[in-house]
Amino acid sequence: MDEDRIRELIDDVKGGRLSRRSFIETMVGLGLTAPLATQMLTTVGVAHAQTRPSPGLNPTKRGGGGRLRLLWWQAPTLLNGHFATGTKDQDAARPVYEPLCAFDPDGNFVPILAGEAPTLQNGGLTKDGKTVTWRLKKGVQWHDGKPFTADDVIFTWEWVADPATSSLNITAYQDIDRIDRVDDHTAKVTFKEPRAFWYDAFFGVRGYILPKHLFKDYRGNNARNAPQNLKPIGTGPYKIVDFKPGDSARFEINPSYHVPNRPFFDQVELKGGGDATSAARAVLQTGEFDFAWNMQVEWDVLKRLAEGGKGIISQSTTGNIEHIQVNQTDPWTEVEGERSSIKTKHPLFQDVAFRQAIALLVDRATVAEELYGPGGQATGNFLNAPDKFRSKNTKWEFSIDKANKLLDEAGYKRGSDGFRLGKDGKRIKLVFQTSTNSLRQKNQAIIKQACAKAGLDMELKSVVASVFFSSDPANPDTYSHFYADLQMFNTTMVSPDPQFFMNQFLSGQAAQKSNKWGFRNPTRYRNPEYDKLWSAAEAEFDPVKRAAMFVRMNDIVVNDVVVVPENWRRRSTAVSKQLHGMDLSGWDSDLWHLAYWYREA
Amino acid sequence: MPKYVLRRVLIAIPVLLGISVVLFSVLALAPGDPFEELATNANVPPEVAQRLRAQFGLDDPLPLRYVRWLTSMVRGDWGFSFQSRMNVEELILQRLPVSLFVLGSAYVLALCVALPIGILSAVRPYSLFDQIATTVAFFGFSLPTFFTGLMFILVFSIWLDWLPFIYRSDIDATGWRWIVAHAKQAIMPVAVLGLFEGATLTRFVRASVLEVVRLDYVNTARAKGVSERWVIGKHVVRNALIPVVTIIALQVPTIFAGAVVTEQIFRVPGIGSLLIAAILASDTPVVMAITFVYSVLVVAFNLIADVIYGWLDPRISFS
Repeated sequence: MDEDRIRELIDDVKGGRLSRRSFIETMVGLGLTAPLATQMLTTVGVAHAQTRPSPGLNPTKRGGGGRLRLLWWQAPTLLNGHFATGTKDQDAARPVYEPLCAFDPDGNFVPILAGEAPTLQNGGLTKDGKTVTWRLKKGVQWHDGKPFTADDVIFTWEWVADPATSSLNITAYQDIDRIDRVDDHTAKVTFKEPRAFWYDAFFGVRGYILPKHLFKDYRGNNARNAPQNLKPIGTGPYKIVDFKPGDSARFEINPSYHVPNRPFFDQVELKGGGDATSAARAVLQTGEFDFAWNMQVEWDVLKRLAEGGKGIISQSTTGNIEHIQVNQTDPWTEVEGERSSIKTKHPLFQDVAFRQAIALLVDRATVAEELYGPGGQATGNFLNAPDKFRSKNTKWEFSIDKANKLLDEAGYKRGSDGFRLGKDGKRIKLVFQTSTNSLRQKNQAIIKQACAKAGLDMELKSVVASVFFSSDPANPDTYSHFYADLQMFNTTMVSPDPQFFMNQFLSGQAAQKSNKWGFRNPTRYRNPEYDKLWSAAEAEFDPVKRAAMFVRMNDIVVNDVVVVPENWRRRSTAVSKQLHGMDLSGWDSDLWHLAYWYREA
Repeated sequence: MPKYVLRRVLIAIPVLLGISVVLFSVLALAPGDPFEELATNANVPPEVAQRLRAQFGLDDPLPLRYVRWLTSMVRGDWGFSFQSRMNVEELILQRLPVSLFVLGSAYVLALCVALPIGILSAVRPYSLFDQIATTVAFFGFSLPTFFTGLMFILVFSIWLDWLPFIYRSDIDATGWRWIVAHAKQAIMPVAVLGLFEGATLTRFVRASVLEVVRLDYVNTARAKGVSERWVIGKHVVRNALIPVVTIIALQVPTIFAGAVVTEQIFRVPGIGSLLIAAILASDTPVVMAITFVYSVLVVAFNLIADVIYGWLDPRISFS
């Protein structure tokens, strides 16, 4: 890369076309040190990206915006983010509780309760990857007037990491060895092992800081009884007024919010329940509400509703992927009381040619066009986001001819009825399961048709979502039992770091009877190379090298056809035309930037 | 009479026990899991889900779980919701006012429609009024509430833009504007439920009046020269309404949880929507509490209906 190109890149950063982080990562990839790269930016006047420029409105006073009406078609049931069973609860708690840092749409860190995001440059991170020093924002108050200090941060860790609490965020906190209180507003976190993915605890939806003075009597088994689970007291831009579990939550402005002249709205109402389509209608057609969450509605329907003219559909990038899993074990043979046992091999899928043929028969373009519209994009990668983790080495195509050729060459002859026979001479019949959902059933039909053209007979099976995704060890129809040849569902990527997301192909995670099918790898793929890469990535601190490892992991599972990635999903929301400043991020709650939302008259 | 009531109450105990056993086993055997969302979340380790199962007692054998539920229920402890970790009785009490308001108004509306129309069309059977009333009533109870509900939304919210179709429990207004806003949002759900119930009730009232109007004593009254108004009011309607009162008494428990579909369509935060949400989330303690309260009400009002019937109609004896 020559000087001109680097200058061009710096200009891109200045003009906002390239994020600061990716510039620095590119430079580091070229062998420069990160401080040097930062220096290059500072000399041309690009400020340290610590606070986000507030888009649009720059108010001179707090409040005055009236009431903001939010519609979630799943109703929140409790307001403690660490007990949240779904995004609905995390979102409903967000106006009140705040993390130390949030994630913006590109996965960058935005300090909220932290004074600044820890970096190597500011001494917040150490080279050994074991400590993170948080400098907290000063002058922040809880809604009851008590000051926010390092003690609250330490307490939040102790509370969440206690197994008796049964918090769902425990994985983010349990690897912390200790947190030292340096002073009132400085806390030094020490991890048990060097940790590349340190930005998990205290970040985004998993990082809500709890007030020590209110939760200290509600630890462990007693955590459920904390009155603040339903009536939270936090540091956020809004205070809770009234909460009816399963129905609605009402908030009012926090007059002493720690960001000057924010927030804009005086009250926030979050109504829950109903269905996605009528929620879209209430924003797009009748304008009864200003914002509706997660529009899981067929694109055709959504498009027609948007013609109502009251609102628009906004898409945000996520890492969520609709994909087909290929069973590596034999679902039709029972070994020691379980089918799909890791002691078996799938009779057909152990042949790589057969697996490749299946990948060729998935018509991703048609699925993307006809079923998901702008709500998704056809992809050949399992790991698609953030950008730096997306592989450029894979390709995908849909070709019945090539699939036929592969199957012919591999010796799967056609029987008298045109359908192919297995090596044992029996007619092949693949069972393809998914959850009950009109899009998925249409998707199944598209694949079944293509397979029939290649001489593969397929039986489609759909299981009610509440069964398919359940953790009930006694039910053989769950996705983690995977008693079928192929299955399809959407995996959500919860944080902008792929470490946990990619654990679903680890040998040690194979779901089986011994772990009550509770583990994360239903394909039961076992590849020592993959396992090694995953462990190495956990302790790799060079972001460029680490990204390369994840790209390699993606390439392994895609090329080995353990999965056939199908559609890279976006998160759609319905937003009133007057509402601005949301800056929706696929890596954080929809309400992460709520203090900056405003309405144009 | 007291003896009869006592006997019925004593019989009710084993009946309710039986009902609770059936409910409990059906819920326990039904597939589904309160921790469904956790399963696909990569960040939640399986141990947490398993610990929660154990903590909520889902791993214990069915009979043990039932006995535990029964003993705490007898002691007045209804358990807590898996979803909100709130006590079930609080959750139900929070929803009760809305349910009573919407369903109560719907029943009042149903009576206001059914009584005059039913009586008038029975007094002049096969007249034009009767023909129209019976036809409309026929349509009314043939159309399910989910259909009429959606039609109402389409017409009154989307085409005409007169009424909101999302029911909000807190409204940002005070004084008469608060009342108007509440009335406006209640119109559609109340109308949908009220007209459906009203249609059924109209046919019932009509049939019942028709039966009495032909009886000899009515003719005798007319022959005596009693005015038509007096004949209908005093001799016909009073006797014809005895079975109608019974029907209404039997319907009262449905006010508690009878509007699952309508509440879902209009997002009314009543007990029906609590029930359906709890069923979808496999929130067993909530489902159990609502269905059990409902069965207690059904059993109780059956008894009340029988007692009222005997009181209204002296020909019935309880011995």
